[in-house]
Amino acid sequence: MMPVDYQSALHPAGPQAASIAQLWWFMLAVCVVVYGLVMATLVAAVFRAHAVRQAQAERSLTRTVTTATALTTVALFGILVASVRTGRAVGPPDGPVDPLGVEVTGYQWWWDVEYQSPSPPNTVRTANELHVPVGRPVRILLAATDVIHSLWIPNLHGKMDLIPGRRTELWLQADTPGVYRGQCAEFCGLQHAHMALTVVVESPAAFEQWYAAQKQPARPSSTTQTQHGEQLVTRGPCALCHSVRGTDAGGRPGPDLTHLQSRRTLAAGTLPNARQPLEIWITDPQHVKPGVKMPPVGLSTEERAAVVAYLETLR
Amino acid sequence: MTTARWLPVWLLLVASVACERETRRYRELPASASRPGAIAISELEPGGRTPRTPVLSPYQENAYGIAEGKRLYSAYNCNGCHAQGGGGIGPALMDEKWLYGSEPDQIYSSIAQGRPNGMPAFGSRVPAQQLWQLVAYVQALSVQVPRDAAPSRSDDLNGHAAEAQLDIKVPRMTGHR
Repeated sequence: MMPVDYQSALHPAGPQAASIAQLWWFMLAVCVVVYGLVMATLVAAVFRAHAVRQAQAERSLTRTVTTATALTTVALFGILVASVRTGRAVGPPDGPVDPLGVEVTGYQWWWDVEYQSPSPPNTVRTANELHVPVGRPVRILLAATDVIHSLWIPNLHGKMDLIPGRRTELWLQADTPGVYRGQCAEFCGLQHAHMALTVVVESPAAFEQWYAAQKQPARPSSTTQTQHGEQLVTRGPCALCHSVRGTDAGGRPGPDLTHLQSRRTLAAGTLPNARQPLEIWITDPQHVKPGVKMPPVGLSTEERAAVVAYLETLR
Repeated sequence: MTTARWLPVWLLLVASVACERETRRYRELPASASRPGAIAISELEPGGRTPRTPVLSPYQENAYGIAEGKRLYSAYNCNGCHAQGGGGIGPALMDEKWLYGSEPDQIYSSIAQGRPNGMPAFGSRVPAQQLWQLVAYVQALSVQVPRDAAPSRSDDLNGHAAEAQLDIKVPRMTGHR
């Protein structure tokens, strides 16, 4: 079971989310005070006796209305100033920084994550899981190829839309290690709800270790069964959409499978990553996630066992 | 008077037709599961010609199937050779010249078996359901499907940058390392 602050804007894990949470609490406080005052006035009006003298009542009314208008203006202006300050705080940093560059592309219904680097062998492509080192600014370039999606990792930042044909960007920094959940926040079709992103915030050393492992190509398989599975995956129907680096499988329409076992979930947060869910998923994806772009490929029981055995070696 | 009374009924009828056209069948169809056997791709036969038994393309009247075919057409890089139907390295698909037949089962076997001089055999890679969706889209390219089923737009948005944005230089990533 995941802790309650696994996906919560009120448990910020970084400066951007902290300033959003601060704004939220400030607005809540203002609204509570305003609500209290309005209710108190209402109650007072109900129990108040009729005004004795007309002229005096008129004057007192004018005073009350003027005061209330002035207070409203001040409160709204205060909220405006706070919003603008938050807007500044969540934008790109002012000074020169050395950000971690990540490109996140939204597809129906999964996330493609690519760590960018000036030298191609250092780029890493994975899916549905974003690893971030503690304390380093991250610049996420967002793109979409089919419909509009929106990336929302409540513990780290607000929502940012991914729009086909446009580049948007999101700057975030994570300060508290942990595992958080991101979610598509713009309705993008049938499986919009099953489009989650696991975000792992870890120490720089752990991140470097993960990164070095992700850079490696897939290891060649050793047993007869996994070799059969490798053949099915890299020469069969899987390879048209999925890539496994280090083999012939180089399809781009689907998630990269090179280090499938290093990820926590399957099918963008739909299933936990374990043997049985994997078997169910490759047997009948349309049962698990109706409408998903992955078709049932019609493997025999023996072939399925071989494919699962091979996929389990992709660590 | 009578027309007005029957109007809701007519509207319902029209609506039900629209539903059929848009039915989204995610699971494989029994009809499309069976791959056609030996398909004659030539009209030359010894003696008289055998009449062809028409084969129904399971998605040719289904807008969703055709739209999926359109998506797969670029996902599987058909447009790498056939462009958007106009041809390039491979022959055009939206004209009336069919080297290996224009019937649904003939198109199916051309994709599945491949054809000499460059057309790869996709049968071992693409599941039958998606092959039939591709067939429906190829039929749509040469207007062989009902007009109401052939969508004038994709299921997706147009993912190209606006022209006004093309000259904007995307800031270079400093990146990891």
